[in-house]
Amino acid sequence: MASYSTNEFRSGLKVLLDGDPCIMLDNEFVKPGKGQAFNRVKLRNLMTNRVWERTFKSGESLEAADVLDQDMEYLYTDGEFWHFMLTDGSFEQFAADAKAVGDNVKWLKEQDVYTVTLYNGAPLSVTPPNFVELEVVDTDPGMKGDTAQGGSKPATLSTGAVVSVPLFISIGEVLKVDTRTGEYVSRVKSS
Amino acid sequence: MTTQPVWQPSASQAALKSRAQQLKFVRGFFDERQVMEVETPVLAAHGVSDLNLDGVRAHVSAAGRRGGWLQTSPEYHMKRLLAAGSGSIFQVSRVFRDGERGQRHNPEFSMLEWYRVGFDDEALRAEVADLVCSWLDCRRPRTVSYRDAVMACAHIDPFEASDRELRRCCEHWLEPDQLAGMGRDACLDLIMSFAVEPQLGQDVPEFIVDYPASQAALARVSERDGHPVAHRFELYIDGVELCNGYWELVDADEQRRRFEQDNQLRRRAGKPEMAIDEAFLAAVEAGIPECAGVALGLDRLLMLKLGTRDIADVLAFPFERA
Repeated sequence: MASYSTNEFRSGLKVLLDGDPCIMLDNEFVKPGKGQAFNRVKLRNLMTNRVWERTFKSGESLEAADVLDQDMEYLYTDGEFWHFMLTDGSFEQFAADAKAVGDNVKWLKEQDVYTVTLYNGAPLSVTPPNFVELEVVDTDPGMKGDTAQGGSKPATLSTGAVVSVPLFISIGEVLKVDTRTGEYVSRVKSS
Repeated sequence: MTTQPVWQPSASQAALKSRAQQLKFVRGFFDERQVMEVETPVLAAHGVSDLNLDGVRAHVSAAGRRGGWLQTSPEYHMKRLLAAGSGSIFQVSRVFRDGERGQRHNPEFSMLEWYRVGFDDEALRAEVADLVCSWLDCRRPRTVSYRDAVMACAHIDPFEASDRELRRCCEHWLEPDQLAGMGRDACLDLIMSFAVEPQLGQDVPEFIVDYPASQAALARVSERDGHPVAHRFELYIDGVELCNGYWELVDADEQRRRFEQDNQLRRRAGKPEMAIDEAFLAAVEAGIPECAGVALGLDRLLMLKLGTRDIADVLAFPFERA
């Protein structure tokens, strides 16, 4: 496997640190005029999502991590695994476990496209698009005159996600939701 | 991964204008003091021998000679001019350092270097302060010894602490296996970079003086409180290292010894040895007048003038766009 020396360090680089795949978030080069150079690096451990800070002497190197982001269509779940398929026409399928899917399970809709991060060829994490459109399957009935402002209520979406929505939303409507915050954005006009 | 090329400069028009004004100011400053401007080669046969400076190798073929180095500083050539009787001189030049890129580093940068015949380090510090304070309109620097600065910021005595104590101090930043091969000076550099420098020159600019003799480079050494210290100084403003000056070594034998010592350190670090620049040594033997010299980073000076922390803001085209 390739490795990266300190003068190749840059944010976005995927490396192995203490055996775990990490992504470099920030790389600070410091050097007293006549002295030894160091790199102060911030990395996110892709297994735990924890952020690490490490210092490297100029010339030290880190092994590259075989980490790859791929667009994949979500197919179905068998209860144990969530199955995805590459959208590049190869029809190659990958099975993500509960750890890889994590909390994002609540945004998975069949036939939608997600970013699946592969580590050594196996799904490490699944990232939904910033915005998804999902149908309301359960909420209290909409009330007339509530269109203007004020008040909210929980609504359950087709994937199981529960979001806070305005009072005028009713069952069967399709909503645009921000997956980063889990917040309702707008109604989607059905055409 | 493909990225679109960026053709625009990273510095604003205002920053480019300030850069031009700064250059004009510098030339006016030395003109007033009757210090002559000179130009020396950026491309030369020899590179610098310092352990921690990596020159950029050139592949030139001309006049029966091959190879060459882009200079890390115009020091050797300027000293040859001094030996030839130039009197006090200054130069604004482009210098090159391989592998250096960060918030305050670019592999190619602008250096102002000047030599004052008959000055010692203290007299030169006063002149550096004149130049910097009148351009930045800041308070005059105070002078602090390297030892006091390290003790105040890192709570360790750089001269008295044992190697083990220094390494222990470094464990704050490095893993034990990374520390294994590190010498005293590398440990001190680490402590300086992370614990000391960020705190220097915060409310008033600070000259750091009396460096350990092992970090003398081309400065004279004398005794202070029982420790050999270098007549070397650096100026810090807002945690930014701005210049590095010496009361220059003019002893040819001592100069040769330091070159050989550099190469020994290079061998140990697995770096290529550098051929000794005999033309430079011959000039030192012929006699360099008693003088003090200093190199100042003009890009960093402009960063301080404009209040930015990123060198890309003052460079038309940093390395990624060059």
